[in-house]
Amino acid sequence: MSVYSIFFYLIAAVMILSTALAVTRKNMVHAVLFLVISFLASALLFFLLGAPLPGILEVVIYAGAIMVLFLFVVMMIRIRAPEGSGFLFWHYLGAGGLSAVYVAACLLLIRHAGPGTGAPMAAAVAAPADFGQYLFERHWLGIEIVSLLLLVALIGVFHLGLSRAGQRSGKGGAH
Amino acid sequence: MIVPYTHVILLAALLFLAGMICTVLRRNLIMLLLGLEIMLNAAAVAFVGAGLHLQQIEGQAAALFILAVAAAEVSVGLALIVCIYRQTGTLDPECIEADACELE
Repeated sequence: MSVYSIFFYLIAAVMILSTALAVTRKNMVHAVLFLVISFLASALLFFLLGAPLPGILEVVIYAGAIMVLFLFVVMMIRIRAPEGSGFLFWHYLGAGGLSAVYVAACLLLIRHAGPGTGAPMAAAVAAPADFGQYLFERHWLGIEIVSLLLLVALIGVFHLGLSRAGQRSGKGGAH
Repeated sequence: MIVPYTHVILLAALLFLAGMICTVLRRNLIMLLLGLEIMLNAAAVAFVGAGLHLQQIEGQAAALFILAVAAAEVSVGLALIVCIYRQTGTLDPECIEADACELE
């Protein structure tokens, strides 16, 4: 067992534990903070699996931007009523059935994985410069589409905010 | 030598299961969106692991696209949640549609 595999199992344990804690917390601020730990651990995992650029971006975008956005919204919204947990029996039955099908499919896929999947993987690193060049040579159209998608999301969010503000000022004018 | 490929996939599957449980069982729109984020992250982990297994850089490119799509999705989703909260005063998905739960 090499030092890399020890790191992998440590990181995996941290990820699973913090994600499980995040999923079960009642307090949403605690849930978001546990999820930040989980995303930092997955950034470490990306580094371990030889993907430094996605690892850095995971820290910047996921643990930085997205989770801070969640924190802003959680702190902006005051929840008056505590979260209800009363589901009907057949809701639980449906969720349990879905999970059982998912777990069965996963186990089947892992059991019948292709040759060589049981052997330890050789370590390899994609240098960020090579990765960026590859990305812009082979996936330039995808990058453009993603940038357009982000622009559309920005315009959509502006529209949502503006229409609400306009509604409120319209109401204020009527009074 | 790191670990077998199946262990990485098993980790991604467990994370995905946690996200799925969060999405299905929590009655809170923000937690629902958090569950979606966990699932997207699990998919990115699976892609990076598969990229290392097949010695292809393609998996990392897919993980990068997943990151960008997650950022777009979460910004629009949170804006919608704030809108819904301002209009209905609740985050319970069941109470949004109609007068299912009467607010005092």
